[in-house]
Amino acid sequence: MMTLKINGKTHDLDVEPDTPLLYALRDELSLNGAKFGCGLGQCGACTVLLDGQPAFSCVIPISLVQNREVTTVEGLGTAGAPGALQKAFIEEQAAQCGYCIAGMIMRAQALLAVNRDPTDDDIRRHMQPNLCRCGTHTRIVKAVRRAARTLRTAAASAADRG
Amino acid sequence: MRRGRTGILVILAVVVVVVAAGVAVVWRPSLARETTTPSFPSQQVTRGAALAAIGNCITCHTKADGVPFAGGRAIETPFGTIYSVNVTPDHDTGIGGWSEAAFRRAMKDGVSRDGHHLYPAFPYDHMTRMQDDDIAAVYAFMMTRRPVHAEAPPNDLPFPFNFRPLIAGWKLLFLDRDATQPDTAKGPEWNRGAYLVEGLAHCGACHTPRNALGAEKTDEPYAGGESDGWIAPALNAASPAAVPWDAARLYNYLRHGFDAMHGIAAGPMAPVVNNLDAAPDKDVHAIAAYVADVVRPTPEKQAEGRKVVARLDDHAAASPSNHPGAAIYIGACAQCHGSLGRSPANPALNLALSSTLRMPQPDNAVRIIREGIRPAEGAGPIMPGFAAALTEQQLTTLLEFLRSQFARQSPWPDVAASVHRTLGNPTQEARSAQ
Repeated sequence: MMTLKINGKTHDLDVEPDTPLLYALRDELSLNGAKFGCGLGQCGACTVLLDGQPAFSCVIPISLVQNREVTTVEGLGTAGAPGALQKAFIEEQAAQCGYCIAGMIMRAQALLAVNRDPTDDDIRRHMQPNLCRCGTHTRIVKAVRRAARTLRTAAASAADRG
Repeated sequence: MRRGRTGILVILAVVVVVVAAGVAVVWRPSLARETTTPSFPSQQVTRGAALAAIGNCITCHTKADGVPFAGGRAIETPFGTIYSVNVTPDHDTGIGGWSEAAFRRAMKDGVSRDGHHLYPAFPYDHMTRMQDDDIAAVYAFMMTRRPVHAEAPPNDLPFPFNFRPLIAGWKLLFLDRDATQPDTAKGPEWNRGAYLVEGLAHCGACHTPRNALGAEKTDEPYAGGESDGWIAPALNAASPAAVPWDAARLYNYLRHGFDAMHGIAAGPMAPVVNNLDAAPDKDVHAIAAYVADVVRPTPEKQAEGRKVVARLDDHAAASPSNHPGAAIYIGACAQCHGSLGRSPANPALNLALSSTLRMPQPDNAVRIIREGIRPAEGAGPIMPGFAAALTEQQLTTLLEFLRSQFARQSPWPDVAASVHRTLGNPTQEARSAQ
């Protein structure tokens, strides 16, 4: 029995320990945000956060992530109440086919957790491991910038109220 | 009285001689600033570009995301941090005011145009062996780059290392200005290789161990050194290669960044082979021929290499090990690296051929697993980094397994400590990627 902590919830799964985390998410838990792109850690469509760090879930066996915090795009918000990055991606229409976007959002999430005011260069460098075949990159950069702005504004108004 | 005066005169004379000798050793004149921009035949510039590529000049003289040759890269040394200077022809911050004579003096004697001594982080102990017309070609190449205004940050060196005149003493001890003499017993290719490897290419700067004063140990050439936190493996008989290097395999590796029996260039060696793209084929052959002669594997190593090759395919049939690292390997590594009963979907190096796993310390293996390998654009698939995926404990377990399963060597002394040390000390490449 494998125990996974995903988006704050604990799941016991009866699967082989060498099952890739991505398969467990999609096939066992119906968390279909993370995508299977290459299956070889080349494209980033499967990116999730592991203890806050972006990681390729397609090349990580679940035996390695027992009792560690896994965050998927479903953990950032819902269609009704999207998180800051999800909202920004919608507002900037930063998707063409959309296949890479869950991975893009998760990688961007890791950046915004440590840097609320990234430059375009910071964003490009940080997002570099994730590929988009449609060429939506400029909109993705805009969306990350927009989300950073939203988070800064929210933090400033929270401070004002405090 | 008279004796006393003679004594004083003798002492004075000695002092004068010592001071004069000191000045002669330390003092170097400032050379006149060039105010005109020289022009060069395009053929000379092209030749200089190829030579600068072999010299790997761009790697140290460019900071992360910086303009090529505009300097500012931090070079960590045991004595402190030195920042590479701008070598574009900018008049204020670069070498725009340098004559060819000033450039030649810097390359051969490690002296800046204004007369100050340069730190030997700049490998003039190798460049000094270059022929003047090659230095002139590199000068022509540098002077025809786009000038960039960029001042390098001041060096961060504690006393006494920040006192440049001391470098003159270092040079007295360690700077051997004698040009490499051709060995008439060897052919022209070997001699060309010797000239490049010992001079411009400065391979020993990383692959030869250094003494307490930071000079290469001339009695242990190519016995293995260090570069930006990576182990630069021994190239001599102590080479960790599973299958001994020969000229043909060295050529593959240096020309294409990959050899089927050794794998892909990684770490600080990756930019070296990327730069060699611009080098003429016959120079890459010459470098390979000379380094192959440095390697000189023992008959035992040759035999071991043949054994490794013979059992390569056995790994695919090997039954899964019950080492706890085997489960990590099967889950995270086997889909590319194969073996242990799974055939690879994406053939990466069979780890039985890995030099990294046969090195005396696991540092390079730790870096590769954590940071991955990103070949030059289009040169092949990347190896993803597993920094976020593996805890320190998991990485340690995996390394112990890889060492015994694939290298079949005695265990590394303290893998956990090495993992911990490497974590606290990310390489420049990894730092700039963060």
